[in-house]
This record gives sequence, C-alpha cells and structure tokens, in this order.
Amino acid sequence: MSSTDHAAVHHVHRDDYGSRMGMWLFLFTELILFGGLFIIYAVYRFTHQTEFHLAAQELNTTIGLINTIALLTSSMTAAMSITAMQKGNIRFSKTLIWVTIGFAFVFMVNKYFEWGAKIHHGIYPGSKDLLAKPEGEILYFGLYYVMTGLHTFHVIVGVIFFLFILRQINQKKIEPTRYVRLENSALYWHLVDLIWIFLFPLFYLIH
Amino acid sequence: MANAAMPAEKLELSYLDVSTNKHKSGILSWILSVDHKRIGLLYFFSMMAFFIVAVTFGFLIRLELIAPGKTIVDAQTYNQLFTLHGIIMIFLFIIPGLPAVFGNFFMPIMIGAKDVIFPRINLLSWYMFVIGGLFAVISMLLPGGSADTGWMFYVPYSVRTNTNVLPALIAAFILGFSSILTGLNFITTIHRMRHPDMSWFKMPLFVWSLYATAWIQVLATPIIGITLVLVGVERILGVGIFDPALGGDPVLYQHLFWIYSHPAVYIMILPAMGLVSEIIPVFSRRSIFGYKFIAFSSLAIAFFGSLVWAHHMFTAGMSDTAQFVFSFITFVLSIPSAIKVFNWISTMYKGSIQPDPPFLYAMSFIVQFAIGGFTGLMLGALSVNIHLQDTSFVVAHFHYVMFGGTGFGIFAAMHYWLPKMFGRMYNLKVATWAWAIVTIGYNVLYFPMFIMGYLGMPRRYYDYLPEFQPYHVASTIGSWILIIGLIIMFTNLWVGMRRGQKAGMNPWGGETLEWKVQTPPILENFHDVPDVHAGPYDYSKYEAKKEATK
Repeated sequence: MSSTDHAAVHHVHRDDYGSRMGMWLFLFTELILFGGLFIIYAVYRFTHQTEFHLAAQELNTTIGLINTIALLTSSMTAAMSITAMQKGNIRFSKTLIWVTIGFAFVFMVNKYFEWGAKIHHGIYPGSKDLLAKPEGEILYFGLYYVMTGLHTFHVIVGVIFFLFILRQINQKKIEPTRYVRLENSALYWHLVDLIWIFLFPLFYLIH
Repeated sequence: MANAAMPAEKLELSYLDVSTNKHKSGILSWILSVDHKRIGLLYFFSMMAFFIVAVTFGFLIRLELIAPGKTIVDAQTYNQLFTLHGIIMIFLFIIPGLPAVFGNFFMPIMIGAKDVIFPRINLLSWYMFVIGGLFAVISMLLPGGSADTGWMFYVPYSVRTNTNVLPALIAAFILGFSSILTGLNFITTIHRMRHPDMSWFKMPLFVWSLYATAWIQVLATPIIGITLVLVGVERILGVGIFDPALGGDPVLYQHLFWIYSHPAVYIMILPAMGLVSEIIPVFSRRSIFGYKFIAFSSLAIAFFGSLVWAHHMFTAGMSDTAQFVFSFITFVLSIPSAIKVFNWISTMYKGSIQPDPPFLYAMSFIVQFAIGGFTGLMLGALSVNIHLQDTSFVVAHFHYVMFGGTGFGIFAAMHYWLPKMFGRMYNLKVATWAWAIVTIGYNVLYFPMFIMGYLGMPRRYYDYLPEFQPYHVASTIGSWILIIGLIIMFTNLWVGMRRGQKAGMNPWGGETLEWKVQTPPILENFHDVPDVHAGPYDYSKYEAKKEATK
C-alpha cells in the first residue's frame, strides 16, 4: 500500500471478530451503567421493604407482561433477521427487522399509556400527591421512572440503529457476506431485552 | 545521539504532510482525520490548552492562600476555582494525558499495527472530549457562576446550590463517554491488531499498562456516568434518589462516586508507570528487570484498585467490618505498586545511565510517587485516617501521586516522544534546567501541605489560623517556582519542535518498535513491520560490551 499517494488511501481494516468484540465491550459498559441503578434499587428495597411492597401493587402487571412478550419476541425476530441475511434472503431479513421495530413501537405505546396513567393519577417526581406518600414510595417511583425511562431511551436508540441498518442494506453496505453491523445491532437489541427481563420482575412481580 | 545510524537518507512524507481525507492541508485535514497519530496530536493540543487554564486556577488558589482572610478573591470564587481546577485537571488533563495522547500515537506503532482497530470511533472520542470540555467552559460563562461543589459533586449540596452544576455534570458525563470509547478501542486493538510475531509477553510494558487502564476505563466509567445522570435528574425533577429530604441516601452517592473515582486514580497512574517502565531500560541500557511481574502488577492494580473505594469515606459512616476490609485491601494494593518500583531500581543496577531529561523526569516520578504512595497508606490506616481526613495532608498526598506521579509522567513522555512526533530535538541543557526548577518548585509547593495538614489545616478552606501562614507562604512561593519552571519547559519544547535540530530515527537508543520507523512516522507507520522476535528491551549487546570492558 502506497502512503505517499496524497488521496484518501487510508487502510481499511476489516475484522468482524474485532467489531463484535468492541460491541461486547460496549455492552459491558451498558450492563454496568444499569448495574449502578440495580445497586441503588437493592439498597432501597432493603431499607424500605414494606413501602416498596405497597408501591409495587400500583403497577399493572398485565401491561408489563404484554411488554415482556413484545420484547422477547422482538429479540427472536432480530436474531432471525441475521439468519435470513446469512442465508442470502435479504428481503426476508428486512421484513424481520421491520417486525422488530414494530414490536418496539408496541412496547413504547404501552409505556406511554402506563406512564400517562401514572402521571394522570398524580404520581410523578416532584408531584404533591407523590410527596405526600412515605419516603420509600417516593424512592420506588423515582427509581421506576428513572430505570424504565433510561430503558425506554435504549429502546429508542435500538430502533435508530435498526433504521440505519435498513438503510445500509438498501445501500448494499450490508450483504450476506458482510453483516457484522446487523449482528452488532441485534446484540444491542438483546441487551435492551435482557435489561427489561430484570426490570419486569423487580418492579411488577415482586410484591 | 544515534543520528549516525541514519545517514542523509531521503525522508518520505510523514503523517504531518499526508492526510487521510480529501483535504490536503489546513484545519479540516486534521479535525476530520482518522489517523491515530493526528488524533493523538489533536488530543495533545486541546489537552494542553485546558492544562494552562487549570494551572492558572491553581496559581490563583495558591495566591489567595498566601495570607489569612481575603487576599485576591472572595470565598465563593475560591470555591469555584478549586472546583474548576479539579474538574479540568482530572477529566481534561490527567485522565486523557497519557492514553489519549501518547497511547493513541504510539500504542499502534509499538504493537506493529497501522492504526487502531476503530479509527472513526477514535476520532469520535476526540470530538466528545472537545464537546465535554466546551460544557466545562460553558459552566464558567453562564450566569449563575461555575459549580462550587468540588469535583466530587457531593449531594445534597450539588442538588441545592444555584451555580451551574448541570453543565459541569454534562461535561463530566460526556468526557466519561469519550474515555470509555478510547478504552474500548485500545482493548480491541491490543487483542486484534498486534503483529503476528508479537505475543503478549513481547509487548512493551507501556502497552501492558494501557491495556490494564483500558479495562478500568471500560468497566468503571459507566458507574460515574449513571451517578452523574442521577444527580442531574435530581436537580431537574427532584426524584429523591440521593436527597435526604426525600428519603435518599447521600452516603450511597459517595459509594457510587468512589466506585468509579478510585479506579480512575489508576486510570491516571498506570499509563505513567508503563511509561517509566519504557524510559528506564532505554536510558540505563539494561533489559527491564522482572518484565512479567511489571506486566501482571498492572493487572493486579487494575483488579484490586476496584475494591478499595470506601477508603475515601472512613468518616462518612460505615460498619467496622467494612472499614477493616477496605483498609486491608488498600494495604494489599500497595504490593503491586511496590513491585514496580523495586523492578525499576533493579533495572538501573549496573546499567550505564544516561541522565537525559526523560530519565530525569522518570526519576522525579519514582521519588514523588513513592512519597505519594506511602502517605496514601498512612491515609488508608483507619486510626490515622480519622486524624488526617479532610486536611491538606490529603491534598498533598494526591497531588504527589497525580501531579508528582502522572503529571511528571506526562512531562517525561513529552521529552521522550515529542522528538519522534515532530522530528526535531529540543535543547537538552535548557530541558535539564527546567526539570530541576519544576521538581524543586513542585516539592516546595506540596510538601508543606503534609506538615500543615498533619497539624490540622483543613482542605478546601478559604481562611485559616495565623499559625499556618508560614507553610502557606512557602507553598505559594513553590507555586511560583513551579510555574517559572513550566514556562521554561514548555517554551523550550515549543521552540525545539519548531526550530530544533533534526532528531533522527532513534535519538535515545530505544529498542521498541516506534524507534524503528521513520521520524516523524509515515501515514500508516510501516511499509514492512520490522522483526519483533527479540522482545522490546533487548540490550544484550550493550550488556555484553560492558562485560567485555571489565
């Protein structure tokens, strides 16, 4: 490779294994980011057991369950889109990505109604009704909004990733022989799913 | 000088002349470049700009403290000065100092690679560094005044104060993200991009230390990220997670803060240790003593360093068992650091020492780091800690480690590697004088803080009792000597890099790969990667010669 050539000659290094490795490292950082919140949850759950118990009963388990099913299924369709790409079925791969995005919207719409109902009942950070409640319940709902909020932000980022992937498939930058970006986006999506798998029992199921 | 090794051979165009994008020259050919060497220089100049700002703040803090009562600024401004001094020095100078500047520039060359594995993410991390720095600047300029919380942002004060804490939090968060991206890039690069013949134990020790550092960056930084986000959310929405008025626990904040910020201390010091491990063999003409022990001690420091955070909080309220455990692990942690110091000294034994400026700075590092490390153990002892907590003894301790250690490490790196990066040599005599002045000024500045801290001078206080004044005066005079030394040092380097003599390929006689490529290096570092079978510190030819002349 000649480096005396003035044009853009910078060496393009393709290493799919390395790309996946970088993505896994990034996923570690995400896990630890949420890990900080899980520590805080554990500490306050320990110090305010009864109030967490009471506050948790105000969440709607059915909506939580629907969202869990939506995310788990979307993880499956994301994984299937990789297999479809590997097998050269680009059209089907794209359809599966759209289905994944569709499930993400189901999740977010549910979340919107859930948060909306809470806010309608006067339960949001800083509200009079919430501040009138015992400290443990203030903490519970504070954590509820922060943790599910941060998670929903990750859902949105995941959707943005998939929209980029769809564009790159159309531009032929992602093909059956080079699809590591699709794999990495799906890895990210599985992380979003995984974190929800922990949030769901912590907030909705443990009473 | 080993200039003779390279006769008047025609040099190829270097990375300074050839860009990676369509812009042949000008600012765009730099700020859009994905070449690891250019990104290293981008980091270098932006970091130096912030360093000058933070040194100025430090100078003003010292000037204020020359006499009791108000001298030049009021108490509120004083609080803002030490906060900004801390934030800028830590997040914008010491943390990126060695990894992002010299690591970016030299790590790929040292492992025989053409670039890092994710060049565009590398450039992105510089942009985040700049944006984070801009938020720090914004926090100074917006009405309301810059944050006055100290760099630790302790709640509940950081939630209540009306100063611009939010931009400062955003700055720290973005800078953390930048640091994570650099770490992620380095780990993957070291795993995937090494020259096929370069096994793990043929890597230079600087690369080992960057590897350990990168793991801390990746694994510890997210915790500070989420913690700062929570403080921000607390300020905007009043969620109550750390606010005792709403049931939150401020001590929990301190735990989360130090879970990152103690390992962050090792993000700062480990690369400097790696650098000293490079410099000592080169200037002693000796193979490094205990290569594997130095390599593994870096990993041990990274591991144990993650388990000692609560020793910052012994007086904050904790069970006796927790105090005992954290104190014990703190003592364990001193072992790998001591291993390194002993190995450096053993390397010099029977070497033929060449006291050039990089070596002199490395010597200052060892002495000052030893003082800083030992006083750290004193602070880690439970009984002593109660007496010394929140005194200027603590300030002296961490400045001995952070500035006397890492800061001098960065100066050593500049004297060691700038000739390679720019192709020109600075004036060695002036550099030696500057080293002497900086070292003297530094010690006159910080050593009195140990004494007055031991006598009871609290840290961060604006005012003090008259009996502390002699120490404060000495310390302030030290700050003037230090700044004079720094001005001489930087001027000498600046003039040297612009007008100095050509440096040649290997001015110091180093054996690692960066000394086997052209000065300044070409765009992708190598045409053919040189032989790496011998390992990084093969001085057997010098050692054999010395034996023969006995």
